[in-house]
Amino acid sequence: MDYRNDMKIQFPNRSSNEGFARVAVAAFVAQLDVTVEQLSDIKTAVSEAVTNAIVHGYEHMKGYITVECAITDDGVEITVSDSGHGIGDIEKARQPLYTSRPELERSGMGFTVMETFMDEVTVTSALGVGTTVVMKKKLS
Amino acid sequence: MKLDKNGETLVVRLSGELDHHYAVRIREMVDAAVLTGGFRRIIFDFTQVGFMDSSGIGTIMGRYKLMQAIGGSVSAFGISSQLDKLLSMSGIKKIISVYQNEQEAVRGAS
Repeated sequence: MDYRNDMKIQFPNRSSNEGFARVAVAAFVAQLDVTVEQLSDIKTAVSEAVTNAIVHGYEHMKGYITVECAITDDGVEITVSDSGHGIGDIEKARQPLYTSRPELERSGMGFTVMETFMDEVTVTSALGVGTTVVMKKKLS
Repeated sequence: MKLDKNGETLVVRLSGELDHHYAVRIREMVDAAVLTGGFRRIIFDFTQVGFMDSSGIGTIMGRYKLMQAIGGSVSAFGISSQLDKLLSMSGIKKIISVYQNEQEAVRGAS
């Protein structure tokens, strides 16, 4: 697909990179005519997806997370992928308040936040292979 | 983050971006203070928080459970519109009191 512009960053699964990822995406998206609220929604969704990759995708493993952001004709498309454990039951993982790691005080709201703050969220995952989250937001 | 201790009230002054990375530190510091200081109330000051994701919700819920176990309470003030959107969708405003400012929070929590 031909995008109007796109970028790709890759970083290890360190929690200090959560801030880096959302700020990098926000800086890239800021070349469009976006409102403060739209930028804030995008930052929050990216933060959720990257945190999921760090906390659940890799857990105690070391690995890299890839964030891609493309400017499309009507908005942005953001892809967050990891090569970690994968999700066994995606439907269950997407349910509000569900968390596989309650001991870490995860609220179980990650996917719900992504779905609320973005227009479209697609999750593909395979056990032992990794997880890819694609989020789209219309900006017009 | 700064902790202000006033009698049975612990005011937790958060600053910066409340994500999973920062949440781990908040949890450790606040819980240590509550368990050693005998506080019955936690008031979160969000005035200086520029960003929050669902890790912040988990952190508030965790402290709510802790205070509930010892018969205490949790409240918050200084919520920006970005934070309010997240708090509203999470339903957390049904279990903790959110105030406009510190005076109201201190009064409400006493």
